[in-house]
Amino acid sequence: MRKALPFVIIAAVLLATFGAGFLLMRPSSGGQSDPPAATGATPNAGAQGASPAAPAATQEPAKPAPVVVEPSAHVRGPANAPVTIEEFSDFQCPTCARMHPVVKQLLAKYPQQVRVVFRHYPLATIHAFAREAARAAEAAGMQGKFWEMADLLYEKQAEWSKAAPARPYFVQYAQQLGLDVTRFQQDIDGTAAAMRVVNDERRAASRRFQGTPTFVVNGRELKFEESNDLSKLSAAVERALAGQ
Amino acid sequence: MGRANESLRTNAATAEGPTLRSTLLDAAAALLALVGVADSVYLTVQHLLGNTLRCTITSGCSEVLGSPYASVWGVPLATFGAVAYFTAFSLATLSAFGYVKARTLLAVLVAAMFVVTLWLLYLQAFVLNAFCQYCLLSAAVTTLLAVIVLIQRLTRRRPFA
Repeated sequence: MRKALPFVIIAAVLLATFGAGFLLMRPSSGGQSDPPAATGATPNAGAQGASPAAPAATQEPAKPAPVVVEPSAHVRGPANAPVTIEEFSDFQCPTCARMHPVVKQLLAKYPQQVRVVFRHYPLATIHAFAREAARAAEAAGMQGKFWEMADLLYEKQAEWSKAAPARPYFVQYAQQLGLDVTRFQQDIDGTAAAMRVVNDERRAASRRFQGTPTFVVNGRELKFEESNDLSKLSAAVERALAGQ
Repeated sequence: MGRANESLRTNAATAEGPTLRSTLLDAAAALLALVGVADSVYLTVQHLLGNTLRCTITSGCSEVLGSPYASVWGVPLATFGAVAYFTAFSLATLSAFGYVKARTLLAVLVAAMFVVTLWLLYLQAFVLNAFCQYCLLSAAVTTLLAVIVLIQRLTRRRPFA
């Protein structure tokens, strides 16, 4: 028996390791239960013990309140699109840079159904130039080139995010986009750009988002594992189109 | 557990003799390796779920674990870590039960892990300029394992010629 003991211990630890890994991989109990609950009325009714209210409960989310977007927001996609995705993003976040083209692919996939609203959420505690980059995008936006600058900032993130200072790169991008550079520099440091960034940050803070990018589809915040590639974002759009 | 293993055990008992101290050191190594297993399994799961790839407010982990260095051939680096730590745990356990070759293999494995750890620390400090506490925990575990293995190598009893 003693001969077998070390192997028994090793096997037990191996099993426990796989078991723990499996448990961790399972969706967390709280938020993840939403999608399955929304697909069928029966479990909902059973869980709530209020069966007469169940049909109404399943229909209510079928008509989500239209997402109101202020006219000054940066929006890609048709204004009357049934699905509004708010992209809370940080120009210095590598994952945001990876997801930015994915969002463009999503827009190309759903040209009539989806509009994307860009929201600044610079994680200034870990990204030294995130706020400045957000203001640079806003400053470019004041000359009608917000999205062009946003694309460029993500594309060249590796270049400017490790520079100190990053400003010369932003100016270089402004030149590249044919902007009035003097005005661009003034606007980066101006109140208007700062206020727009701060307003978006407040939106993110009030919803207690934990990181970037965070996608909000018709008012519903997606967990990152529900939104970290094109197929998952597409699935979220399909759910929103189906009224779930 | 066949004849070969039995002969290893006999050798262990006669030649190097599993002393109480070496057994305790093996047990400590096994427990440390378990900490490493837990750490790297957690990181593997977070990687697979995409959580650590996201930039978060509170930690430099997103910078480290979202970097291109966080996976090799598409496999999360933490998975290799989990396999290495589990192997180290198995070898330390076998060694505690008197399997001499397991102790030698453990020394080789831990030496390799230590070299990889130094490389990963270099990447965090000088390339990514960000530290992830889970990676630092792993580095601490590997370093302690290396210390234990070193003590074992330096203080082992050698058979008389």
